[in-house]
Amino acid sequence: MTGTILPVALGFAFVCVSLSILLNLFRLWRGPLSADRILAVDTLTINAIAMIVLFGIAYATAAYFEAALLLAMVGFVGTVAYCKFLLRGDIVE
Amino acid sequence: MSLIAEIAVSLLLIIGGVFVLVGSWGLAKLPSVMTRLHGPTKATTLGVGACLIASMIYFPVFGGAYSAHELLITLFLFLTAPVSANMIAKAHIHRQGRGIDANPSDHIVDGLPPPPGTSDWATFVGADKGDGATSEGRGGETRP
Repeated sequence: MTGTILPVALGFAFVCVSLSILLNLFRLWRGPLSADRILAVDTLTINAIAMIVLFGIAYATAAYFEAALLLAMVGFVGTVAYCKFLLRGDIVE
Repeated sequence: MSLIAEIAVSLLLIIGGVFVLVGSWGLAKLPSVMTRLHGPTKATTLGVGACLIASMIYFPVFGGAYSAHELLITLFLFLTAPVSANMIAKAHIHRQGRGIDANPSDHIVDGLPPPPGTSDWATFVGADKGDGATSEGRGGETRP
Protein backbone atom coordinates (compact mmCIF):
# COMPACT_ATOMS: atom_id res chain seq x y z
CA MET A 1 0.00 0.00 0.00
CA THR A 2 2.89 2.31 0.70
CA GLY A 3 6.02 2.80 -1.31
CA THR A 4 9.63 2.64 -0.34
CA ILE A 5 10.12 6.09 1.14
CA LEU A 6 7.97 5.61 4.21
CA PRO A 7 9.75 2.53 5.67
CA VAL A 8 13.10 4.30 5.38
CA ALA A 9 11.75 7.39 7.14
CA LEU A 10 10.14 5.21 9.79
CA GLY A 11 13.41 3.41 10.41
CA PHE A 12 15.25 6.71 10.70
CA ALA A 13 12.67 8.02 13.18
CA PHE A 14 12.87 4.79 15.20
CA VAL A 15 16.65 5.10 15.41
CA CYS A 16 16.42 8.76 16.45
CA VAL A 17 13.84 8.12 19.17
CA SER A 18 15.77 5.13 20.49
CA LEU A 19 18.97 7.18 20.70
CA SER A 20 17.00 9.89 22.49
CA ILE A 21 15.73 7.39 25.03
CA LEU A 22 19.30 6.22 25.62
CA LEU A 23 20.46 9.81 26.14
CA ASN A 24 17.57 10.36 28.57
CA LEU A 25 18.56 7.25 30.49
CA PHE A 26 22.13 8.57 30.63
CA ARG A 27 20.88 11.83 32.15
CA LEU A 28 18.61 9.93 34.52
CA TRP A 29 21.54 7.83 35.70
CA ARG A 30 24.07 10.64 35.78
CA GLY A 31 22.02 13.72 36.71
CA PRO A 32 23.62 15.41 39.69
CA LEU A 33 20.43 17.10 40.93
CA SER A 34 16.88 15.95 41.48
CA ALA A 35 15.62 18.46 38.91
CA ASP A 36 17.75 16.71 36.28
CA ARG A 37 16.17 13.39 37.07
CA ILE A 38 12.64 14.80 37.01
CA LEU A 39 13.38 16.41 33.66
CA ALA A 40 14.81 13.13 32.35
CA VAL A 41 11.70 11.20 33.39
CA ASP A 42 9.44 13.82 31.80
CA THR A 43 11.40 13.62 28.55
CA LEU A 44 11.30 9.83 28.72
CA THR A 45 7.51 9.99 28.85
CA ILE A 46 7.36 12.30 25.84
CA ASN A 47 9.76 10.05 23.93
CA ALA A 48 7.64 7.03 24.83
CA ILE A 49 4.64 8.83 23.30
CA ALA A 50 6.66 9.42 20.13
CA MET A 51 7.66 5.75 20.09
CA ILE A 52 4.04 4.64 20.48
CA VAL A 53 2.95 6.88 17.61
CA LEU A 54 5.73 5.48 15.43
CA PHE A 55 4.64 1.94 16.29
CA GLY A 56 1.10 2.89 15.34
CA ILE A 57 2.26 4.07 11.93
CA ALA A 58 4.54 1.05 11.42
CA TYR A 59 1.82 -1.50 12.19
CA ALA A 60 -0.95 0.64 10.64
CA THR A 61 -3.12 0.31 13.71
CA ALA A 62 -4.76 2.99 15.80
CA ALA A 63 -5.06 0.80 18.87
CA TYR A 64 -2.15 2.37 20.73
CA PHE A 65 -3.28 5.96 20.79
CA GLU A 66 -5.26 5.60 23.99
CA ALA A 67 -2.04 4.45 25.62
CA ALA A 68 -0.25 7.52 24.27
CA LEU A 69 -2.99 9.82 25.54
CA LEU A 70 -2.94 8.21 28.98
CA LEU A 71 0.85 8.43 29.06
CA ALA A 72 0.72 12.15 28.24
CA MET A 73 -1.73 12.87 31.05
CA VAL A 74 -0.10 10.66 33.66
CA GLY A 75 3.34 11.95 32.75
CA PHE A 76 2.29 15.54 33.28
CA VAL A 77 0.61 14.77 36.59
CA GLY A 78 3.66 12.79 37.70
CA THR A 79 6.03 15.63 36.84
CA VAL A 80 3.94 18.13 38.75
CA ALA A 81 3.73 15.75 41.71
CA TYR A 82 7.52 15.27 41.77
CA CYS A 83 8.04 19.04 41.65
CA LYS A 84 5.54 19.61 44.44
CA PHE A 85 7.31 16.99 46.47
CA LEU A 86 10.63 18.75 45.96
CA LEU A 87 9.13 22.12 46.80
CA ARG A 88 7.03 21.20 49.79
CA GLY A 89 8.20 17.83 51.01
CA ASP A 90 4.66 16.60 50.56
CA ILE A 91 2.22 16.12 47.69
CA VAL A 92 -1.26 16.22 49.19
CA GLU A 93 -1.43 18.58 52.15
CA MET B 1 -2.16 11.87 -4.16
CA SER B 2 -0.90 8.86 -2.29
CA LEU B 3 2.69 9.67 -3.26
CA ILE B 4 2.35 13.26 -2.06
CA ALA B 5 0.92 12.07 1.24
CA GLU B 6 3.70 9.53 1.62
CA ILE B 7 6.37 12.15 0.99
CA ALA B 8 4.72 14.49 3.47
CA VAL B 9 4.49 11.77 6.12
CA SER B 10 8.12 10.79 5.57
CA LEU B 11 9.31 14.39 5.75
CA LEU B 12 7.37 14.97 8.97
CA LEU B 13 8.74 11.75 10.46
CA ILE B 14 12.32 12.73 9.64
CA ILE B 15 11.81 16.24 11.04
CA GLY B 16 10.25 14.78 14.18
CA GLY B 17 13.03 12.26 14.70
CA VAL B 18 15.75 14.87 14.27
CA PHE B 19 14.08 17.28 16.67
CA VAL B 20 13.51 14.60 19.32
CA LEU B 21 17.15 13.57 19.03
CA VAL B 22 18.35 17.19 19.28
CA GLY B 23 16.24 17.76 22.38
CA SER B 24 17.58 14.70 24.16
CA TRP B 25 21.11 15.48 23.07
CA GLY B 26 20.74 18.90 24.65
CA LEU B 27 19.43 17.24 27.80
CA ALA B 28 22.51 15.04 27.95
CA LYS B 29 25.11 17.59 26.94
CA LEU B 30 24.27 21.07 28.23
CA PRO B 31 26.10 22.25 31.36
CA SER B 32 23.46 23.17 33.97
CA VAL B 33 19.86 22.48 34.90
CA MET B 34 18.54 25.77 33.63
CA THR B 35 20.11 25.23 30.23
CA ARG B 36 19.12 21.57 30.18
CA LEU B 37 15.50 22.64 30.54
CA HIS B 38 15.57 24.19 27.07
CA GLY B 39 16.19 21.03 25.08
CA PRO B 40 13.30 18.79 26.10
CA THR B 41 10.74 21.53 26.54
CA LYS B 42 11.12 23.01 23.07
CA ALA B 43 12.84 20.66 20.66
CA THR B 44 11.32 17.43 21.94
CA THR B 45 7.81 18.89 22.04
CA LEU B 46 8.18 20.08 18.46
CA GLY B 47 9.49 16.67 17.38
CA VAL B 48 6.62 14.79 18.99
CA GLY B 49 4.21 17.28 17.43
CA ALA B 50 5.69 16.54 13.99
CA CYS B 51 5.34 12.77 14.56
CA LEU B 52 1.71 13.21 15.62
CA ILE B 53 0.93 15.35 12.55
CA ALA B 54 2.52 12.64 10.40
CA SER B 55 0.22 10.11 12.04
CA MET B 56 -2.77 12.40 11.46
CA ILE B 57 -1.93 12.54 7.74
CA TYR B 58 -1.08 8.83 7.47
CA PHE B 59 -4.24 7.22 8.79
CA PRO B 60 -6.96 8.89 6.65
CA VAL B 61 -4.88 8.56 3.45
CA PHE B 62 -3.75 4.94 3.83
CA GLY B 63 -7.03 3.31 4.65
CA GLY B 64 -7.39 3.80 8.35
CA ALA B 65 -10.13 5.73 10.06
CA TYR B 66 -9.53 9.28 11.15
CA SER B 67 -9.37 9.64 14.91
CA ALA B 68 -9.05 12.70 17.08
CA HIS B 69 -6.58 11.10 19.44
CA GLU B 70 -3.53 12.59 17.77
CA LEU B 71 -5.02 16.07 17.92
CA LEU B 72 -5.84 15.56 21.59
CA ILE B 73 -2.32 14.36 22.37
CA THR B 74 -0.80 17.26 20.46
CA LEU B 75 -2.96 19.82 22.25
CA PHE B 76 -2.27 18.24 25.61
CA LEU B 77 1.48 18.10 25.09
CA PHE B 78 1.67 21.68 23.84
CA LEU B 79 -0.35 22.84 26.84
CA THR B 80 1.49 20.89 29.51
CA ALA B 81 5.12 21.19 28.38
CA PRO B 82 5.55 24.85 29.47
CA VAL B 83 3.73 24.21 32.74
CA SER B 84 5.92 21.26 33.69
CA ALA B 85 9.07 23.16 32.65
CA ASN B 86 8.01 26.07 34.84
CA MET B 87 7.37 23.70 37.74
CA ILE B 88 10.79 22.07 37.36
CA ALA B 89 12.55 25.44 37.15
CA LYS B 90 10.72 26.73 40.22
CA ALA B 91 11.46 23.58 42.20
CA HIS B 92 15.11 23.88 41.23
CA ILE B 93 15.34 27.57 42.21
CA HIS B 94 13.69 26.98 45.57
CA ARG B 95 15.70 23.86 46.17
CA GLN B 96 19.01 25.57 45.55
CA GLY B 97 18.14 28.81 47.35
CA ARG B 98 20.24 31.68 46.04
CA GLY B 99 23.03 29.46 44.81
CA ILE B 100 21.81 27.99 41.55
CA ASP B 101 24.43 25.94 39.77
CA ALA B 102 27.09 27.44 37.59
CA ASN B 103 26.03 28.42 34.10
CA PRO B 104 29.02 29.52 32.06
CA SER B 105 27.08 30.38 28.94
CA ASP B 106 25.04 32.99 30.80
CA HIS B 107 28.05 34.24 32.79
CA ILE B 108 26.24 33.31 35.98
CA VAL B 109 28.91 31.91 38.24
CA ASP B 110 27.16 30.35 41.18
CA GLY B 111 24.10 32.35 42.11
CA LEU B 112 21.18 34.51 41.08
CA PRO B 113 22.03 38.15 40.36
CA PRO B 114 20.11 40.68 42.46
CA PRO B 115 16.94 41.97 40.79
CA PRO B 116 16.66 45.61 39.72
CA GLY B 117 14.80 47.69 42.29
CA THR B 118 14.49 47.26 46.01
CA SER B 119 12.40 44.11 46.40
CA ASP B 120 13.63 40.55 46.05
CA TRP B 121 12.71 38.14 43.27
CA ALA B 122 8.97 37.56 43.36
CA THR B 123 9.13 33.81 43.92
CA PHE B 124 11.25 34.23 47.05
CA VAL B 125 9.04 37.06 48.35
CA GLY B 126 5.97 34.89 48.08
CA ALA B 127 7.78 32.01 49.74
CA ASP B 128 8.95 34.11 52.68
CA LYS B 129 5.67 35.91 53.30
CA GLY B 130 3.19 33.07 53.49
CA ASP B 131 5.00 30.73 55.81
CA GLY B 132 2.12 28.80 57.27
CA ALA B 133 0.09 31.93 57.90
CA THR B 134 -2.22 31.65 54.94
CA SER B 135 -4.48 28.79 54.15
CA GLU B 136 -2.80 28.61 50.76
CA GLY B 137 0.47 28.02 52.52
CA ARG B 138 3.01 28.94 49.91
CA GLY B 139 5.92 29.05 52.33
CA GLY B 140 8.44 26.48 53.17
CA GLU B 141 11.48 25.96 51.08
CA THR B 142 12.56 22.51 51.95
CA ARG B 143 16.16 23.65 52.13
CA PRO B 144 16.38 27.40 52.71
